[in-house]
Amino acid sequence: MVSLSPQSLPSSAVTPEQIETGNSLWHDAWSRLRKNKLAVFGGATLLILGVLCAFGPIFAQSYQDQNLDLGAAAPSAAHWLGTDTLGRDLFSRILFGGRISILVGLVATFVALAIGVTYGAVAGFFGGKTDAVMMRLVDIMYALPFTIFVILLMVFFGRNIFLLFFAIGAVEWLTMARIVRGQIISIKKMEYIEAARALGLGKRRIIFRHMIPNVLGPIIVYTTLTIPAVMLLEAFLSFLGLGVQPPMSSWGVLIKDGAEKMEEFWWLLVFPGGVFSLTLFSLNFLGDGLRDALDVRSSKD
Amino acid sequence: MLRFTFRRLLQIIPVLWIIITATFFMIRFVPGGPFTAEKAVTPEILRNLEAHYGLNKPLYQQYFDYLGSLLHGDLGPSFKYPNRTVNEIIGDKLPTSLELGFISLAVALTIGITLGTLAAVKRNSWLDYLCSSVAMVGICVPTFVLGPLLVLTFAIRFQWLNASGWYGPTDRILPCLTLGCVYAAYIARLTRGGMLEVLNQDYIRTARAKGAGELRIVFKHALRGGLLPVVSFLGPGIAGILTGSFVIETIFQIPGLGREFVNSAFNRDYTLVLGTVILYATLIVVLNLVVDVVQIWLNPKLKFE
Repeated sequence: MVSLSPQSLPSSAVTPEQIETGNSLWHDAWSRLRKNKLAVFGGATLLILGVLCAFGPIFAQSYQDQNLDLGAAAPSAAHWLGTDTLGRDLFSRILFGGRISILVGLVATFVALAIGVTYGAVAGFFGGKTDAVMMRLVDIMYALPFTIFVILLMVFFGRNIFLLFFAIGAVEWLTMARIVRGQIISIKKMEYIEAARALGLGKRRIIFRHMIPNVLGPIIVYTTLTIPAVMLLEAFLSFLGLGVQPPMSSWGVLIKDGAEKMEEFWWLLVFPGGVFSLTLFSLNFLGDGLRDALDVRSSKD
Repeated sequence: MLRFTFRRLLQIIPVLWIIITATFFMIRFVPGGPFTAEKAVTPEILRNLEAHYGLNKPLYQQYFDYLGSLLHGDLGPSFKYPNRTVNEIIGDKLPTSLELGFISLAVALTIGITLGTLAAVKRNSWLDYLCSSVAMVGICVPTFVLGPLLVLTFAIRFQWLNASGWYGPTDRILPCLTLGCVYAAYIARLTRGGMLEVLNQDYIRTARAKGAGELRIVFKHALRGGLLPVVSFLGPGIAGILTGSFVIETIFQIPGLGREFVNSAFNRDYTLVLGTVILYATLIVVLNLVVDVVQIWLNPKLKFE
């Protein structure tokens, strides 16, 4: 900029405000993300599915409306995706099920996020013995067969949807804790943290106000990749009959129903399964895109 | 190396102890018991039953009794299958689950490494995009969707294979393919990433400069380093295949331990639940250890971290 001759700059038209706005990290990331077609496709699909599930049920036929005369009808103009054995419109059921599936995905991920970020940040910030003990604990927990514990929890303590949130969230926070700890350690020695310390700020304020915002990139990326893992676990449990219980339904429940009746009524399996896979697909593409855009090294390699 | 293995072996003991204790007490604090049925038994019979299985003793004593018999390798009698011990049931069902698991793992490794290596060697060609897309599909179509879909296509529509059961060798195809495919997808992605990193390194260039053929470079030089991420994935991967077998055994009606575990949890069959959890936990923990040791053997740099 400095080396350019004054003539080549239409400088008279530029106001000081415009000059000062540089490209922030987020701006850069956004423009990189927009160029990634698969990530945009994923994001758009998620947006559409989210809006449909959030507002669709208001207009759609209620999922409780049964029409036994209709039986299980094949897809038609009246019922785009057909109906189930009780004559309930499959499209509405998918929308209603999506609400629960997405809700579980978001809430359980939030639980995992809260535990993992706090745990990792504390371990990384304090270091030394605290860190060693805390991370040893994580190592041990990694070796535990957690899925088995979630199954036991769900069987024994009733299939309560709130328990489901916490059981899944409690399983998925370990990797988040590891990632955040690594990031915190790498910025701990930086000068602005020392400056904050010199200003006499408390430890809690330094961790949550100054450190975590600066490791937000990896956290966002990993969160996007945790949501599909969580939704998969929910569907897995629902498929075994341990997750969401009727009259509520989720995509896992619909897939379970469909798998039982697929011999006669293929659409009951194919459409819920398709929508579920499409969602996982989109989330994974968006997550990968965000990782490239925010330039985060994969936790897997 | 030996010291490392030994230290890790010692770590297994507290981990298993935590698992056993947690499961034992979790089961006991749950409403309902193994003898709760729709048709309630009379109090006298219930008392006799409880005395027979030692359930009338104080809880801590039951716990120590259990630990004691566990040290002798005795997992106790089953509460739901009269006159059968948990050892018998596990001995009966475990081989089926192990067979399912091992074939699936072999399927996953074969498909995954082949796809991943092809994608890495032919980077950014249509072959790469094809392999990578197939892998992405594999990750996003869960077993409980893929399994029924395969049954629908190959068993119901074309009638080439049986929809369920575990009798002849052809009955192995669909379950093992279903379970293996998901992990094949993960392995393909990891192999591609690992191979790409290795193929850019100097020693590969040296090998090329010395005139080694492409096949020799890939198999002799690159794969050993390129497969490191796959090896570290094998720990969680094997755990996933073991728990994934619960669903597969349900879909394909396979008489394995996974289905037995889910049923026993529903039935509150305390000893059978405990026995299977202990068995699965031991398997997972030990296999994790093996993976760690193999990893260090492949990549000595890790020893210093």
